[in-house]
Amino acid sequence: MTDSKRFFDLGKSGLSRRTALKGLAAGAGLMAAPGFVRYSQAQSSAPIKIGFQAHRTGIGAAYGRWYEKTTNAAVKLINDAGGINGRPVEIIVEDDGTDPKRGAEVVAKFASQHKTDIVFGTLFSHVVVGSAPTAGELKIPYYVVSEGYHVASGKLNRWVFQPGITDVRSQVTSVAPWVAANLGKKVTMIYPDYAFGYDHRDYFAPALKAQGGEVVAQIPIPPTESSFTKYLPQIPADTEVLYHVMVGPGVLTFVKELGEFYGSNKPKLFGFIDSLEAVDINSPGLEFLDGSHFWEGSPRYAQANDSEAQKAYRAAVGIDDNGASTTDAKDVSTAAHMFGCWETLYVIKKAMEDSSYKGPEDRAKLVEATEALTEFKEGPEHPQGDKKFNGKIHQVFGHQNISKVEGGKLNVVHRTSIEDGMYEPEADYTTQPL
Amino acid sequence: MSGDGTTTKVYALHGAVIAVLVALNFVLPEYHHGVLARVLVLAVFAMGYNLLFGYVGLLSLGHAMFFSAGLYGAGLPLYHLGWGVVPAFAGGIGAGFTVSLFIGLLALRTSGVAFMIVTMMFAQVFYLTTLYFGEWTRGDEGLVLQQHTRRIALGSETLDLTNPATRYLMAVALFAATLFATLAIVRSRHGRVLVAIRENEERTKMLGYDTFANKLAAVVTSGVICAAAGAAYALLFGYVGSTFASVQYSILPLLWVLLGGAATTLGPLLGTLFMYYVVDITSGYTSAYMLVVGAMLILLVLWFRKGVLGTVRERWLRWLP
Repeated sequence: MTDSKRFFDLGKSGLSRRTALKGLAAGAGLMAAPGFVRYSQAQSSAPIKIGFQAHRTGIGAAYGRWYEKTTNAAVKLINDAGGINGRPVEIIVEDDGTDPKRGAEVVAKFASQHKTDIVFGTLFSHVVVGSAPTAGELKIPYYVVSEGYHVASGKLNRWVFQPGITDVRSQVTSVAPWVAANLGKKVTMIYPDYAFGYDHRDYFAPALKAQGGEVVAQIPIPPTESSFTKYLPQIPADTEVLYHVMVGPGVLTFVKELGEFYGSNKPKLFGFIDSLEAVDINSPGLEFLDGSHFWEGSPRYAQANDSEAQKAYRAAVGIDDNGASTTDAKDVSTAAHMFGCWETLYVIKKAMEDSSYKGPEDRAKLVEATEALTEFKEGPEHPQGDKKFNGKIHQVFGHQNISKVEGGKLNVVHRTSIEDGMYEPEADYTTQPL
Repeated sequence: MSGDGTTTKVYALHGAVIAVLVALNFVLPEYHHGVLARVLVLAVFAMGYNLLFGYVGLLSLGHAMFFSAGLYGAGLPLYHLGWGVVPAFAGGIGAGFTVSLFIGLLALRTSGVAFMIVTMMFAQVFYLTTLYFGEWTRGDEGLVLQQHTRRIALGSETLDLTNPATRYLMAVALFAATLFATLAIVRSRHGRVLVAIRENEERTKMLGYDTFANKLAAVVTSGVICAAAGAAYALLFGYVGSTFASVQYSILPLLWVLLGGAATTLGPLLGTLFMYYVVDITSGYTSAYMLVVGAMLILLVLWFRKGVLGTVRERWLRWLP
């Protein structure tokens, strides 16, 4: 399309409609052509191809950008160290628009056009659930970094794994004892009225009850709301702790309106950083959060006791001590989640090495090898901490961090044990045929 | 558009399109084979939309509601009640019929911009309803219909809808049925009345036609076709989620139809196919692929105001239905 400039400049060039049409037709033909190129089979020295289902556009774009940075950093390290089974790793990115329909199409594109070995990297739950049937039907291993309870619930299929990030059920279960012991026993929950919020709603209340606490009110907010003032009076007066999890651009308004509603006489706040990923905690309007607590998967701010592995990870991904890009201090990362991409890639590497993975014909062996994994040690491959993997429900369990907002930073004040977040598995994928 | 010669040509063309689609089952590379199965189902959605928008001139911004009525009507009973594929598909169509009859009775009291707004509002209500009943629908996250539930037992044989060839041929069958149904409708007396309503509703009324009844029939037919597409999507691709009820899925069929040619029987397929590949290919090069789609729509408005097939009909093939 070298004459694209002329294309929009019809007045000067005097391009006739017929020529323009011919150009359009030729262009369309040209663009369609690569789709029909037959890809040759992977050779033993050919790269291992990982299809990265990325949220480059749509509501997940801020997360997607940092997932991509983390992935590229990990792949560079893996390749510098000799790749997987002596073969370099190649990442092929397709944008799913954070849409479940497009997500499924992208998985099919990876499996049957790009012929990637696996698919990896999806965050938003609805894209994971929308894509899972296609991954299962095309029998391509699908490693997600989503934190939804969907994988562990047993409702997806044998080809879907979540080995690099814990799920919401585990997260809320593990923070409940700390909330009850340190913030208060009467909790009101505010959460988005869709599936992500339901994982919080369904699993936090019983976990809190087990600690002698009580959820005194649950206030779901429809995703179409842009103002929250009418919901705030529903918060019971005897609330000791306000548990909030909001996703999307509404969070700044939410915090501001909460501040106006309460003034200085506020309950303790406990939130999930999901709301404020990629948002500067010192943004105007967020002052109300000062002194409150947040869950973080991996801490955004560098901590005094950071391990060498954590320091190396942060340097490789390119985030500074404030969790922002080393090249642009205003570009805040999604640190609490994106480590999952890094760790998942190392799990994939381990499983591929364990199964002597050679190519798509070994995909079933790769699934079994992943299911056979049980433990990941803290270190360069798992900088967030050690983890336990349950091969039956395809889900990993790990430590959670609770951080306090003080002095414009998030300081980790408590780190849960892996056992705090364990629950009885409700499924067994290994009984499904491969 | 009259005379035996034209009728033969019309049926020969549509028969040939179906024959080509069936033949493509055997020659298409794997990826494009899967894509075409999806596109055919979505083209059925566009054809349902086209019936109302193209032939009756009623611009609805709420057709995602009919598509997802089919999607949930088929998906929920299969998931929760263990219905088989065939009753589930019928359930989807039944849901589409009920919803479109109800919406038609209310929304047809308005016209023009008000009709757009009313349909859009109802669709928004439907979308929020799918979220409200999150306990059953799992809201935006949605449900996976497991592979083993998407099979039809035919005596000793089993028709596995997750098998690529079976899925493709089922999509072609649905597409063909819808294509010939729309063809029959638009060539029937009822179809002529619909076009007359589009051109001048007052005059049609004056001629003694019950325009409300005709429009209502068109809304219901359109709704049922869209619901059939939704039900097929759930059963063939195994996912049911509220994204399909969101407003963008009301706008997409409008774009597909505008692109391919409103009030042409084959335009919706062309538009859906074209738009799929434009997004599929350009998203490989830039994250601003919607900009390309936008530019394309501007070009369309400048040079192909009646869509691709609409222009072809205007200039060369006057007999195209």
